[in-house]
Amino acid sequence: MATKVVMEALSPTMEEGRLVKWLKNEGDAVKSGDILAEVETDKAVMELVARGDGVVRKRLANEGDASPVGTLLAIIAAPDEDIDSIVAEAGAAATAAPGAPGEPQGEASTPPPGGGETAPARSAAAVAPVALPAPPMPPRGAGAPRPQAPGQPAQPAPPPPQTGANGRQRSSPLARRLASDRGIELALVRGSGPGGRIVKRDIETAVAAAAARPKTAAAPPVKRLISREGDYQDIPLTQIRKMIARRLAESLGPVPTFYLTAEFDMGRASEMRAAFKEIGDDFKVSYNDIVLKAVANALADHPEVNAHWMGDRIRHFNRVHVAMAVAVEEGLITPVIFDADRKTLSDISREARQLADLARQRKLTPEQYTGATFSVSNLGMLDIVEFTAIINPPEAAILAVGGVEAKPVVVDGNVVVRERMRVTMSCDHRVVDGATGARFLQALRRLIENPLLLVL
Amino acid sequence: MSSYDVIFIGGGPAGYVGAIRAAQLGMSVAVVEREGLGGTCVLWGCIPAKALLESASLASKVRKAADFGISVGETKFDYGVAMKRSRAVATQNSKGVEFLFKKHKIAWIKGTAKLAGKNSVSVKTADGKEEKHDAKKAVVISTGSRVKGLPQAGLELNKKTVISSDEALILESAPKTMAIVGAGAVGCEFADVFSAFGTQVTLIDIAPTILPLEDADCSAELTKSFRKRKIDVVTGAKIGNVKVGAGSVSMTLDAGGKTQTLEVEQVLVAAGRAPNIEDLGLKEAGVQLTDQGFVKINERMETTAKGIYAIGDVAGPPMLAHKGQREGVVLAELLAGDPHVRLMNYGNIPNATYCHPEVASVGLTEQQCKDKKLDYKVGRFPFSASGRARTSGETEGFVKIIRDSKYGEILGAHIIGSHATEILHELVVARANEFTVDEVDLAIHAHPTLSEAVAEACLDSLGKVIHL
Repeated sequence: MATKVVMEALSPTMEEGRLVKWLKNEGDAVKSGDILAEVETDKAVMELVARGDGVVRKRLANEGDASPVGTLLAIIAAPDEDIDSIVAEAGAAATAAPGAPGEPQGEASTPPPGGGETAPARSAAAVAPVALPAPPMPPRGAGAPRPQAPGQPAQPAPPPPQTGANGRQRSSPLARRLASDRGIELALVRGSGPGGRIVKRDIETAVAAAAARPKTAAAPPVKRLISREGDYQDIPLTQIRKMIARRLAESLGPVPTFYLTAEFDMGRASEMRAAFKEIGDDFKVSYNDIVLKAVANALADHPEVNAHWMGDRIRHFNRVHVAMAVAVEEGLITPVIFDADRKTLSDISREARQLADLARQRKLTPEQYTGATFSVSNLGMLDIVEFTAIINPPEAAILAVGGVEAKPVVVDGNVVVRERMRVTMSCDHRVVDGATGARFLQALRRLIENPLLLVL
Repeated sequence: MSSYDVIFIGGGPAGYVGAIRAAQLGMSVAVVEREGLGGTCVLWGCIPAKALLESASLASKVRKAADFGISVGETKFDYGVAMKRSRAVATQNSKGVEFLFKKHKIAWIKGTAKLAGKNSVSVKTADGKEEKHDAKKAVVISTGSRVKGLPQAGLELNKKTVISSDEALILESAPKTMAIVGAGAVGCEFADVFSAFGTQVTLIDIAPTILPLEDADCSAELTKSFRKRKIDVVTGAKIGNVKVGAGSVSMTLDAGGKTQTLEVEQVLVAAGRAPNIEDLGLKEAGVQLTDQGFVKINERMETTAKGIYAIGDVAGPPMLAHKGQREGVVLAELLAGDPHVRLMNYGNIPNATYCHPEVASVGLTEQQCKDKKLDYKVGRFPFSASGRARTSGETEGFVKIIRDSKYGEILGAHIIGSHATEILHELVVARANEFTVDEVDLAIHAHPTLSEAVAEACLDSLGKVIHL
């Protein structure tokens, strides 16, 4: 019994994945649970696991290909099992993936005349349902034809595929061979045989129809440009970048955001930090750990900020799950510290470090980066004193933490040098009002400026 | 005077099967049949012929019985007795159809019908009465075909010395000498039968081969087998100087540049059958004929007159019982308004010739593939290499598969040998489902069977035959 290896939704938000590396070859024996490949999702590089025993009979995706969730990537079956029908269905389901056999290779967008420029690279994700608008061609004379929007074959909508009563008889063996050879997608062919079966004449009709259609620009092959020649380089979007783009674009537009900035005195926090360091390296605690713990405790007392916008209502959470933004090579990811209010400072310190490491190695599981009630972003280590962060919907707010810096401040009428840290909270006005936010920041101040309270 | 949904004129395989299907689908049906139910097939064709062939086969086996450890004493071969048995079998089958009619409440109107305008039929019954019957949905012409002579060659049927299959099936004894003019399925079958019963047979055809509609390789193999059995085969022959006497017929045969004179007791003309289109009032009803004289129909078996349909031999070639039967079924389903009707696939009708060795085929011959300029490959497996064939001592013949080079589509399948007409069917099923030669081999064929040769021929066409 063949096992279909499909692109699984490895996270709730995942819509497509990019196959980074095959770990098994065609012909390798595998058992249920063996790792077949590494797949890059919107958040991390995940392992694709075999869900059946057998031999990897066929690999249907290439390294570097991005495929929508549900795409057939490989087939595990007995060594002599007939997998033609499964392969044929896969051939049918594949959309205009670059390099697919038999695809009519329409004119790729020709490079504009002049210079060492190359046509704008389109990522392999061009075929994904997450359709990106076509980047505008550089205005360079009449030579360059306008490329089609990626992922949208510019043909008249094909007839809806017939579902035969008995799925196994959807197409005759001969029809499948013809279709595979001529690059016809079985899923789009209407069957005229018994029970809606696709038979030879249906493929012949489809071939004739395809020949009659004007040739369209197929999605150009993926180009990864690392050279530094020319006026610019285009970097293809990684999954993370796409996810960031999408999610945060969803934030600023619809979310009525306002910003509250407060400056905290870090004197006592600084002392606490130094004191821990003196005890030993095992007890090291960072400013960020202190901030996270303080935020968690403050949120526990302010459920109206520890909240989500649910569209038709607001949800105040009783548990506190704080996401901490971690910069990774490709962008940003936010692992979550669950029930942070109930964890000790050292727990949080340890966990934060572990999660950051995992994040940088792209090894976070979906469970580890979803489910936050509130987010904290810290750019202090990069010498930012103040910034505004973008809310992660449906969260109600996000705290942007700047660096700790020595500054002259006025205390009791005198100018003194104190260590100060600015935070800016972005708030969704549908959930949090100015006063509400301000009151939360007051609570936060009390905890950060009196960090001994965090030990209680 | 009765009213029915459908009236069939003619109760042969097309008519009676169509009637049964129509009755199954809830229509009220009448069949006008002046002779016996089952038509030519049951009474004057398939059934009695196969019964006689069975006798012939037994005769051949008996002649070899000693090899198999059976000593047979003095054996007599009595055609008259064989003939009587064949009549009994034919009658039994006809009674079977009568029983089926009763079961399905189909009315059998015994008489001769004529179209009487506006979907009604007038019948002259056996006792001279005239009746009129209405058909609410359809009148179906299923009058079949009849034997014919070769007047242009001087061979009009006289039922004595120049006979047709009708007479041959009721001869009291096998003649000493016989010329069979026409080496299609009928001619070859009778050549086999009479030869088995001691007749010196000369099988003649104007075409370059016997069984001219079959693949040339099969024709050649059968010719070889016939000649071994002392059946004289003369092909590419022009008949001349026919002299019909009281107890014999003489003629000259021009073939291959040579002329020979032939004198025989009887000449059996088996050069085709004529569609029964006379005295039906077709012209008045607006039913047109084709150039060949058949009733003109479209793929839904409609004639050029509304409400009138035609199926079976009268509606055109191939003049095969199973073709008529299937047309009857399809027509009944069309009349019942079945949305899932599968129309006739004339490209996948099997041909079967039941002489020894049997010849069966479906699809294109190799010559037709050449004429169509198809890119094909041939696979062959001779029965001489078949274990099962050797056990039964029937090692004549082969399985020949013609497949499309690129996709393995089965373009044609041709089998000559013992049980060919039976083992062909897996290939008919394969072609009906667009299986390629690979799918045929996908099925494990039991060993030792003759059917294995079918799978092996498929493998041969792929270059991977095992037992050769």
